[in-house]
Amino acid sequence: MFKHFINLQWKSFYRSASFKTNVAFKIFMGFMALYFIAIFLSMGVGVFFLIKEQGWGDPLEVVNAFLIYYLALDLVIRYMLQKMPVVNIKPLLYLPFKKNQVVHFSLGKTAVSFFNLAHAFFFVPFSIVLLFQGYDILGVIGWHLGVMALIFGNNLINILVNNKNSVFYPALSLVVLLALGQFYLGFDTTRYTGPLFNALYQIPWMAIFPWVLLAVWYGVAYGYFKRNMYLDAGLSTKHSEAKTEELSWLNRFGNLGTFLKNDIKLIKRNKRSRTTVILSVFFIFYGFLFFTGGIETYNSPVWRIFAGIFISGGFLFSFGQFVPSWDSSYYPLMMSQNIQYREYLASKWYLIIIATAISTVIASFYLYFGWQAYLAVLVGAIYNMGVNSYLVLWGGAYIKTPIDLTSNKKAFGDKQAFNARTLLLTLPKLVLPLVFYALGHYLIDPTAGFIFVASAGLLGFVFKNKAFAMIERIYKKEKYKTLLAYKQKT
Amino acid sequence: MIKVDHLTKKYGDQTVLNIPDLEIPKGQSFGLVGNNGAGKTTFFSLLLDLIQPTTGQILNNEVQVDQSEGWKPFTSAFIDETFLIGYLTPEEYFYFIGELRGRNKADVDTLLATFADFFHGEILNQKKYLRDLSKGNQKKVGIVASFIGNPKVIVLDEPFANLDPTTQIRLKGIIRELTSDKESTILISSHDLIHVTEVCERIVVLDHGDMVRDIKTSAKTLKELEQFFAG
Repeated sequence: MFKHFINLQWKSFYRSASFKTNVAFKIFMGFMALYFIAIFLSMGVGVFFLIKEQGWGDPLEVVNAFLIYYLALDLVIRYMLQKMPVVNIKPLLYLPFKKNQVVHFSLGKTAVSFFNLAHAFFFVPFSIVLLFQGYDILGVIGWHLGVMALIFGNNLINILVNNKNSVFYPALSLVVLLALGQFYLGFDTTRYTGPLFNALYQIPWMAIFPWVLLAVWYGVAYGYFKRNMYLDAGLSTKHSEAKTEELSWLNRFGNLGTFLKNDIKLIKRNKRSRTTVILSVFFIFYGFLFFTGGIETYNSPVWRIFAGIFISGGFLFSFGQFVPSWDSSYYPLMMSQNIQYREYLASKWYLIIIATAISTVIASFYLYFGWQAYLAVLVGAIYNMGVNSYLVLWGGAYIKTPIDLTSNKKAFGDKQAFNARTLLLTLPKLVLPLVFYALGHYLIDPTAGFIFVASAGLLGFVFKNKAFAMIERIYKKEKYKTLLAYKQKT
Repeated sequence: MIKVDHLTKKYGDQTVLNIPDLEIPKGQSFGLVGNNGAGKTTFFSLLLDLIQPTTGQILNNEVQVDQSEGWKPFTSAFIDETFLIGYLTPEEYFYFIGELRGRNKADVDTLLATFADFFHGEILNQKKYLRDLSKGNQKKVGIVASFIGNPKVIVLDEPFANLDPTTQIRLKGIIRELTSDKESTILISSHDLIHVTEVCERIVVLDHGDMVRDIKTSAKTLKELEQFFAG
């Protein structure tokens, strides 16, 4: 009977839409995968020697100290990205399969997910290095098995808490608080958790405990799934209670307000767009890499502009680049309604401008790194508003990926985003302001550099009507192709 | 109201639609029937400029639809769920469409009140987003939204499918009333021959993209259609 399951699974894998992408993208993804594997492998091999050289102490103990954060981070990533196994169960329910088998299979299937296997690239080489360095064989095996059990345990925990934000966010804040406490207040959580992991090495048979824990998690998950394997229980899609919102304060903007209202609801009520907005908040902190001098190559003054563009442009890049795609599920409606492209685009443009302005205000803490740092952010924001805002809308016309608003899949990158045109368009978005700044900085002085970039942005404002007319033309030209592309979803 | 002139649509060498000449006068209730793949939805998509014709053109009230957008203010349609915005509540959706068609909230509320029967208490104030409504209820929302703003041309693709019997009967009443004043032209496609013959004064049969029958509805029409489709 498992033969059937595996057969179905295999077909759903190689017949999935994402498998049938173009060759160039496959090669690209192949390289990305190799790149990440290489990074994990080199971390696994290298981390031992790095810790030793830096004199932080015994490598295994250091790793053990941070293991709790590693596991917590793993859970967070899983929670945001890993898909639940329930999706394909429905059609199996009325077929002559035993429920037990269906549940075992669904749970077992998650074990071979990328989210579990990726860890092997770190832990296997690390363990091998430990063995070569003369660590006790039994100890290393015990430690390795124990950690493995905890990672698979995470897999099951994630399944159990899935979609329970009420569990997830408090837990996440606890971890963040502990991390902050560790770095700023000297309250060292790892002092309490580290020894637990050390024990796995020192007393190898202790590895039984994580495995027992894993078995318990499995039992709980199994029971939970089996109890809820009904269409109106675990397999039902959850409906959040809807509230009609008027947002009537936006009425004063006329037709533009109509679209703005819609866009705000779009962002608020859909998982995918919420993730994007959260992501763009992270961009604000990107500047730390530059202004703290943490990475040497970033110390060159030109890179400050690069940072400035990203700090204020998080929303612009993550939301803006998919602009017509956000409306992909009802694009035919938009195209046959009494809608002017200009108003539609203007609404998105204002959203981008407002978000950029807000990011810039939040980023004022960069003043701590000196006024030049914040000036770079301000100048970057002006360039983002004046030039990049048009460029992302323009590029969006060529990204014809339908977006499934209700799922987070692909939130972190999409094949279509890599076509030649959009790549070309990133040049003026990122490289041009650097060139402007470098010209001013090296030919005259830093202030001139800032002025150059800012005036490019201001010029963009002046030519707003021209830019919109051009973008509108392109959207019209691409209309039929876009409609066709949006039709072919999943 | 609608004039079709040498319209064809080809994908590769396959001709999916070929209408040399068709004229739909103002105020007509026009029915389109045909098996799957006959070209009904293709025709509606061409009429709404969602796809481009291979040759020929469609004039909607003298406006050539693939050249100008001037047909949009007086035309409305409900083709499928891609005409719904899933994350809105039905009310928000109606108001959104209303605003696009120059109707304020009060206008829309007045119109919605006349459809209370049709909604059967399952649409308004349900605290549900459109994406969480059942297929049939989604359809009700889409159909009623297409009536907002007194459109001159209304295009409905398979309006009867997925509706419960009571709603089907009510919808027939609504369509008859809409066309009674000869102001609105309404285009309907359906697989249900009985419904179509009841509400449409003219029925065109498509078969593999060709117009094979053009019937003025009479008492014999249903028999005629049944005979045709029985092959």
